[in-house]
Amino acid sequence: MKITDETVYELAHLARLQFEDEKKERIKADLERILEFCEQLNQVDTDGVDPLIYLSDRVNNLRPDDVRVDITQDEALKNAPDADSDYFRVPKVINK
Amino acid sequence: METLSLSSLQEQVKSGSTDCRQVVSRFLRRIEEKKHLNAFLEVYDQEALDRADEITEKLRAGTAGPLGGLVIGLKDNICYAGHHVSASSRILEGFESLYNATVTQRLLDADAIIIGRLNCDEFAMGASNENSAYGPVLNDADNTKVPGGSSGGSAVAVQAGLCMATLGSDTGGSIRQPSSFTGTFGMKPTYGRVSRYGLLAYASSFDQIGPITNNVDEMAAILEVISGDDGMDATVSDKAVPKYSQMTASEGSRNIAYIRDCIESEGIDPDVKAHTLKMVEKLRAEGHTVEAVDFPFLDFMVPCYYVLTTAEASSNLSRYSGLMYGYRSKDAHDLESTFKLSRSEAFGEEVQRRIMTGTFVLSSDHYDAYYTKAQKVRRVIKDRTAELLNKYDFILLPTTPTPAFSLDEKADDPIAMYLADIFTVQAPLAGVPAISIPTGTHSSGLPFGIQLMANSFEEAQLLSFSKYVYELGTK
Repeated sequence: MKITDETVYELAHLARLQFEDEKKERIKADLERILEFCEQLNQVDTDGVDPLIYLSDRVNNLRPDDVRVDITQDEALKNAPDADSDYFRVPKVINK
Repeated sequence: METLSLSSLQEQVKSGSTDCRQVVSRFLRRIEEKKHLNAFLEVYDQEALDRADEITEKLRAGTAGPLGGLVIGLKDNICYAGHHVSASSRILEGFESLYNATVTQRLLDADAIIIGRLNCDEFAMGASNENSAYGPVLNDADNTKVPGGSSGGSAVAVQAGLCMATLGSDTGGSIRQPSSFTGTFGMKPTYGRVSRYGLLAYASSFDQIGPITNNVDEMAAILEVISGDDGMDATVSDKAVPKYSQMTASEGSRNIAYIRDCIESEGIDPDVKAHTLKMVEKLRAEGHTVEAVDFPFLDFMVPCYYVLTTAEASSNLSRYSGLMYGYRSKDAHDLESTFKLSRSEAFGEEVQRRIMTGTFVLSSDHYDAYYTKAQKVRRVIKDRTAELLNKYDFILLPTTPTPAFSLDEKADDPIAMYLADIFTVQAPLAGVPAISIPTGTHSSGLPFGIQLMANSFEEAQLLSFSKYVYELGTK
């Protein structure tokens, strides 16, 4: 699989990452090698095999929908990079 | 260093010949002496000493829990309320856990003493502990060698006698591979045996927490405490937890398979191969049936593992956004730059590589060709592994193709690094338990392990047979 600059930009945007210059060249080469390595899977015959999605043997493991407090507002704000007394603070979202 | 076993420690504390404070102090001195190994990211010295006094009293009063006095370290991806946890990543620098992981709570309830948090590969992604934002961990057997990864700090802490036992997490071999490289015991339990609540997620259909120890008895005691149903993790099984600690000796002859393709694989070290075949002979001489079987999927296991785990990681790690916790770039000036700059400045290179790979295999154009295909291959591998484990009690194979490699040796080659997990990924792909037993010594003097896999939820059998194999292998 050939990875172009455009593919890197597209993936990086989806992943909310950024790759420029040297870092971009490196990720292109790495992705090509990793994907080529992964393409070996095409040699395995999987006709009629269903994809395996869940490893757990429990199906619909439900619990009662009880109201409870796991963390308080103060605790939630404790690790914030920026906050005031009630809210998380973030850089300006809407530019007029 | 000779480390006191849990049972003799408990007896000696009860009889008054020592107390937990002395034991903890000895470990703290040892941690200081072995600081260059970089195993601990943080040591809870004062707190551990205070708790030691409390546990001494409990042991003497006969009210201590089953792990009373066990001095244990936690991999830096397991939450401990009021303590930092970072998954060795800059993106969580300064982050403090608001709650205890279920395993942490259970250790505390059983009166273990938590002595610190341990270095690992960033977000548990790596096989050498070189991907930590806080520097590599060194192997105590040879400081020019890696300890393995991702639970490198957890393995070295036990190897170097810095504490009695540790918890690690295993996604593709992250407990067993470093156990092999450090000559310790390491187990990945069955998927669903141990709650992951409070474990920083990497790949949720693989991740399991498990112990690294000096012996099988302590492994059994810890596993018994941390296993079992938990309302906070819907993937945990509600199967009753056997009394692993009351293990009976393995008796009678067992049926064991060893995978010919592993033994014959290119890249296996001649000493590792010879040791594995010698174990086969020893087991046969003891009257066990040991048969070579074909498992023609060796080349596909690591690719299958990478497609699925990178996909899951790209989704799990999307929570690190720079908004509500963790690192935020100083240059963030709007929403998009908050995400992009924070993430690309604070995630390490391997983490970004895996997020990008995962994003690729999940993208609409490639989803079927990569992700769905890998899920199908996983079913084939799981079904074929189950077939073997229905016919045989155990599968025997080396834990790693080689003993510990040198620092920097594979750092520039992601594929070579990924292949360090070639013998360990089968168990998490199939969801079955596996253990690395330190029976091997390489001609270079480095330790290495042999691995046993068992059927799902057969940890009791696996533990008692591992104890037997260890004795047989080191005789």
